[in-house]
Amino acid sequence: MRSFTYERASSPAEAAAAAMRTEGARFIAGGTNLLDLMKLEIETPTHLIDVNGLALDKIETTTEGGLRIGALVRNTDLAADERVRRDYGLLSRALLAGASGQLRNKATTAGNLLQRTRCPYFYDTNQPCNKRQPGSGCAAIGGFTRPLAVIGTSDACIATHPSDMAVAMRALDATVETVRSDGTVRGIPIAEFHRLPGDTPHIETTLVPGELITAVTLPKPVGGKHIYRKVRDRASYAFALVSVGAIVQRDGTGRVALGGVAHRPWRVEAADAEMPRGAKAVAERLLAGARPTDENAFKLPLVERTLGAVLAEAKG
Amino acid sequence: MSKVTLTVNGANRELELDTRTTLLDALREHLQLTGTKKGCDHGQCGACTVMVDGQRINSCLTLAVMHEGDEITTIEGLGTPGNLHPMQAAFVKHDGYQCGYCTPGQICSAVAVLNEIKAGIPSHVSADLTVAQQTTAAELRERMSGNICRCGAYSNILDAITEVAGGQT
Repeated sequence: MRSFTYERASSPAEAAAAAMRTEGARFIAGGTNLLDLMKLEIETPTHLIDVNGLALDKIETTTEGGLRIGALVRNTDLAADERVRRDYGLLSRALLAGASGQLRNKATTAGNLLQRTRCPYFYDTNQPCNKRQPGSGCAAIGGFTRPLAVIGTSDACIATHPSDMAVAMRALDATVETVRSDGTVRGIPIAEFHRLPGDTPHIETTLVPGELITAVTLPKPVGGKHIYRKVRDRASYAFALVSVGAIVQRDGTGRVALGGVAHRPWRVEAADAEMPRGAKAVAERLLAGARPTDENAFKLPLVERTLGAVLAEAKG
Repeated sequence: MSKVTLTVNGANRELELDTRTTLLDALREHLQLTGTKKGCDHGQCGACTVMVDGQRINSCLTLAVMHEGDEITTIEGLGTPGNLHPMQAAFVKHDGYQCGYCTPGQICSAVAVLNEIKAGIPSHVSADLTVAQQTTAAELRERMSGNICRCGAYSNILDAITEVAGGQT
């Protein structure tokens, strides 16, 4: 690990300002992803700003009847929150499908959204990777692609976003609240938060330098059956090959988002409209324009079948 | 270098550490508490599991300087050779290990798992999110999935945890 200096931030705006003051500074909260990558020298911050003391660890009811989830709320606490379990079961289920008990105790809501990809070529510093080293090329294309993206890819990157929680947040129409170094705040709809890789796969979100996530808000509950189904190589503690997060209403309408298939949690509003017509119709809309490889083309039928199982479970 | 004060197994410990020092390395290399093991050092195996303020975490994936004032419990704080924690005794009784390297992490994790179930924290295999969770084999297996045992003592580990869970209810 490269050496770095360390400070504890005293307020969200001060943390954002500190990040702008020092070239190469990064925020650290749970640290479960960042420290892993620092050990491999994939991440090489020169300065860490510890935001754990910022009291952003509350879950509050909003005036609109939704929830405001502090950036530092741990995955375990969010999954176990009574209101989340009752009204946003999809979020609870997605969180519980991810990582291990130890990691969920440390990992935060904001950090989960900012997880880096688990593409094996991003992790292998002997290989070119446009995400790790912009302009170096993509060893994944033409390489081992079984776990990688099938849609929204570019010639520069076919990595996936690894988060389960983000899939639920996408289906729930969450908003990411932030503060910038000048103290201004904004809310970023989750649909606009994660970017597609394009020519700049190293730029993964629409956050500007120094911008700090302070909370994630959820609109008021929409009811319906909340189902998260994750297909993976092990029964527990593995990243998704494909995951389906869905909210299904009694009349068959609803919404759906996918994990494990793209550079961001994948949702297509036009596909939601097809839900009463069944899994095939929804999957066709969701995956229109997909560019799988020979090794990961299995993800397309897997999405349709997983979606079929989810819709059947919702009816049952 | 950075100063940090931790409470480790009930004792105040003041340390001056390179900022890069993980909690795991602080425990093993600076406090000579070598019960906590370094396996993968990347949060994948669970051998380094300790409890911080009562919650189990991977001590390899957190910096010691981030734990100012925190209460750390390691395997050495759970029991002693002459006075084993019930979970340690159950692992011995049920032969819940072979080489023993993952065992301190397994035991710290298992103690925390039973607390998590008592606290009503659901898991991936919980059928209903809104009711109290049970200590079934399926629940314990899922909740222990962050602790790998390459000797494959899983069935005996499960027996040990099940016995302690039974004694608690």
